[in-house]
Amino acid sequence: MAVNPEYAGREYPPNEAFEVGREHLRAFAEAVGATHPAHTDVDAARALGYPDVIAPPTFAVVVAQRAEAQLIEDPQAGIDFSRVVHADERFIHHRPIHAGDRLVTVLHVDAVTERAGLSMVTTRAVISAEGGEPVAAVTSTLAVRGEDS
Amino acid sequence: MAPVLEDLAVGQEVGRREVAVDRARLVRYAGASGDFNPIHWNERFATEVGLPGVIAHGMWTMGAAVGVVADWVGDPGAVVDYQTRFARPVPVPDPGAATVEVVAVIGALDADSRTARVDLTVTAAGARVLAKCQALVRLG
Repeated sequence: MAVNPEYAGREYPPNEAFEVGREHLRAFAEAVGATHPAHTDVDAARALGYPDVIAPPTFAVVVAQRAEAQLIEDPQAGIDFSRVVHADERFIHHRPIHAGDRLVTVLHVDAVTERAGLSMVTTRAVISAEGGEPVAAVTSTLAVRGEDS
Repeated sequence: MAPVLEDLAVGQEVGRREVAVDRARLVRYAGASGDFNPIHWNERFATEVGLPGVIAHGMWTMGAAVGVVADWVGDPGAVVDYQTRFARPVPVPDPGAATVEVVAVIGALDADSRTARVDLTVTAAGARVLAKCQALVRLG
């Protein structure tokens, strides 16, 4: 089954807040080899003007994928995750994510296109602080192989 | 010392590093990121879906590559825009490890916004694994 083209243009309601914890940021930084002390040491982060340890630039994917699950786990969308390849990813940061953030995400389905037996699904997760302050936008394209390829 | 825009030139190399990735690192990344797709830790599953074996998360590679930029600029929060296309997977052997090589070069400078675009060449076994991998950095 191809990805449902009617999902293009869809916007989901804001999801439940994602609470960003220090130990989560430290574990993520360790996993990607981000050794800058602002990820692990509160004093080092404060010396740079941040309220607490900050996330590495790609941590926002963790926040975004929780919102993307609304689409990917929806059987009507027709996304077979065993046939998915990640095509591209982009992060726009208005400010770094830091420990203590409570982040709310609005998921947009920007495009669903077909080309050469692949369905390309582009999503945009718009991440804000609970009070409405813009934090980041995460754009991601998945390529889903059709049944016969 | 944080880099100053006026001291930079397009084409200038600002950093390079090699990052080793083994299966244990992928499990660690899976846990930290919440991406538990079995193609990143289960050899049987990976080969059943037609892959050569377990492959690294594309997002791990993207995350590992930008460290060289964060360290060069001295503030990971100065990376205001970071993008890539995933060109080819990074197979991760067992036993052993794959090595990802990252070279960071100034791609563009903008005096008005006081930003530098850093272009990252990211390769494994001599082949590019990330394409159009660019980080926009705000400078002081």
